[in-house]
Amino acid sequence: MNIDALVPSSIDGLMLGFVYGLAAMGLTLIFGVMRVINLAHGPVIALGMFAVYLIGTQFGVNPYLGLIAVLVLGLVLGIVMYFVAVHRVINAPELTTLLATFSVNLMIIGLGTVVFTTTPRAIDMDLGAFRTGAITILGTKVVAVLIAIAVTVGLYLFLYRTRVGKSIRAVANNRAAAELMGINTTGVLALSFGIGIMLAMTSGGLIATLFSFTILAGGVYELKSFVIVVLGGLGNPTGALVGGIVLGLLEGLTTIFMPVGWVPIIEYGVFVLILLIRPTGLFGAR
Amino acid sequence: MRKLVFLALVVALIASLGVACGPVAAPTPTVKRVLVGFTASQTGKLNKESKEQIQGLQLWLEDVKKAGGIKLKDGTMLMPEIKFYDDESLTDRVQALYTKLITEDKVDFLISPYSSGLTQTAAVVAEQYGKVMITTGAASDTTMEQGFKTIFQIYTPASRYLTGAVDLLQKLDPTAKKIAFVYEKERFSTDVTTFAQKYAKEKGFDIVLFEGYDTATTDFAPFINKIMPPKPDAIMGGGHFTDGTTFAKQLYEKKVPVKFVAILVAPPEPAFVEIGDAAQYVVGPSQWEPLARYSPESAKAAGLPWYGIGVADFTSAYKTKYGYEPSYHSAGGYAAGLIFQKGLEEADSVDAEKVKTALDRLDLLTFFGHIKFDTAAKTHGKQIGHEMVYVQWQKDAAGKLVKPVVWPLEGKSADAQLRKQ
Repeated sequence: MNIDALVPSSIDGLMLGFVYGLAAMGLTLIFGVMRVINLAHGPVIALGMFAVYLIGTQFGVNPYLGLIAVLVLGLVLGIVMYFVAVHRVINAPELTTLLATFSVNLMIIGLGTVVFTTTPRAIDMDLGAFRTGAITILGTKVVAVLIAIAVTVGLYLFLYRTRVGKSIRAVANNRAAAELMGINTTGVLALSFGIGIMLAMTSGGLIATLFSFTILAGGVYELKSFVIVVLGGLGNPTGALVGGIVLGLLEGLTTIFMPVGWVPIIEYGVFVLILLIRPTGLFGAR
Repeated sequence: MRKLVFLALVVALIASLGVACGPVAAPTPTVKRVLVGFTASQTGKLNKESKEQIQGLQLWLEDVKKAGGIKLKDGTMLMPEIKFYDDESLTDRVQALYTKLITEDKVDFLISPYSSGLTQTAAVVAEQYGKVMITTGAASDTTMEQGFKTIFQIYTPASRYLTGAVDLLQKLDPTAKKIAFVYEKERFSTDVTTFAQKYAKEKGFDIVLFEGYDTATTDFAPFINKIMPPKPDAIMGGGHFTDGTTFAKQLYEKKVPVKFVAILVAPPEPAFVEIGDAAQYVVGPSQWEPLARYSPESAKAAGLPWYGIGVADFTSAYKTKYGYEPSYHSAGGYAAGLIFQKGLEEADSVDAEKVKTALDRLDLLTFFGHIKFDTAAKTHGKQIGHEMVYVQWQKDAAGKLVKPVVWPLEGKSADAQLRKQ
């Protein structure tokens, strides 16, 4: 083991973990509120990447300001997606909603491939770096972490401090009871789906400031999101952030001891292990 | 009036005599269409290199058409036409599309797609159907060591791709001892780095890291974190344009303290300069450069016949048509067409067997360099004449990034520099 590599690798992993967590938060929120596994999560992340890229290249807007537009776009797209693909099958067995969102996945990938092709794109961002010894912390990664934290805090405050947020939690807890209490569950479900998509697109926008991407790039983060969601507990947004950080750290640490190509094997090994030993996740209720 | 009529009759008589005694019109030469098929990676990760390759090939086609076609001894003019599809940089698409080109489009000859991985697939299909295929943009040794009979490679094989970089490093800094190899896990890059690693060991270097990355990798931080502790003197590897460019950029961002960086494929591309200062000092092996010194005189000196366009003419024609300097991928595209043309001329036929025999006999110098194919059964068609050159991105006196040839010594246009932070 090389201590020189351990520290920078852990820092890189930790920072990336915040972005992973943000990506997973959208997936877990949608599942928590309406028991829908959104298989269009990856393509939506990729749409976030392209949204920030296009806003920047077409209108000359700074990518971080572009993220504000992505928040709104994501919310609207999510609500539209809910009514088009999910609403009519919301009470059907889980396999039906799974297939519905998978159809959306295929449509986005198909259309995206035609429109954007699979040629890699990149956002040229340089915010400098902090360096000490073998450690280099890029400014873009610091901003990504800060935005991920800000969005998480914002989501937490929204869910726990606002009336609409409490309605979402009520619907997540018991949809029938919430309806009896006079909550417009359709509106809450649509809004929750919108917020889930908004979070996924925002994480995509942040990832685009760090790495190059194609319309297929969301697939990797979708798979990681599943691991994180299981790790953090299904339906638990805060758990997703912590799960993301754990996964990021795990990646950072394992790559020191073994070839980087082994990372997915370790990740999915953990995924299966958690499902077997603690299916509610590390931070889920027993 | 009678005078006028007489004059008119005289003029008409002279005119008719003129027509009757004029030169006999040459018989119109028979023009025969030759259909050349290939796939282009118009989308996907190989888009950049493939585009350059196809542009080079299209320039060759234009030149042939301007010349009226390829002339056979009986006066028949062969007029090449091209048929191609987008393979999306995907192996599965290549397999389906090369089969379609042969069975449905009935192409006469084939040019390979870009990249060793895609070419391996195309080569198997071409060989199965007995179609002659010129490969360009494909340097894998293993593809050309399968005893193919109809596949001919233009590029210097992967086994000789990075060995010059090892020699350059040793020349530049005799105290350098440690090299880290980080490469794309696909056929071409694995071949190149495996051979380079072996060569480096023979030259007395320690290999402190030899690790591959997945094709879709965009985050090189885990590799960079592994590179740093053993403090290598040099980093070699990469894969293709997108990942190679990202790798170079992230090495610069993390200020990795090595003296020498050699990356495959990306540095010779003019677009590599878009990463700005991160490009400086990066060395790249190149199949061809605009500063290459191949000419009829050098052919004479080497005792080889010269064939085709000159280096300067190709470079200027490419610049005029596309607005920027050609890369070696562009030159490879043109060279594939040129060698195919020479094969047809030497065969004096479009018969595949005769063209194959003609290609087997080729030993000549072109603007792209020396071309000669191996004729041994196991390595048939492998390139054994062509040699690599190495470029390095440096800043000129005005601070502008340029990429002179720095190796081999006899062909260099500037001295190589050790990397500075």
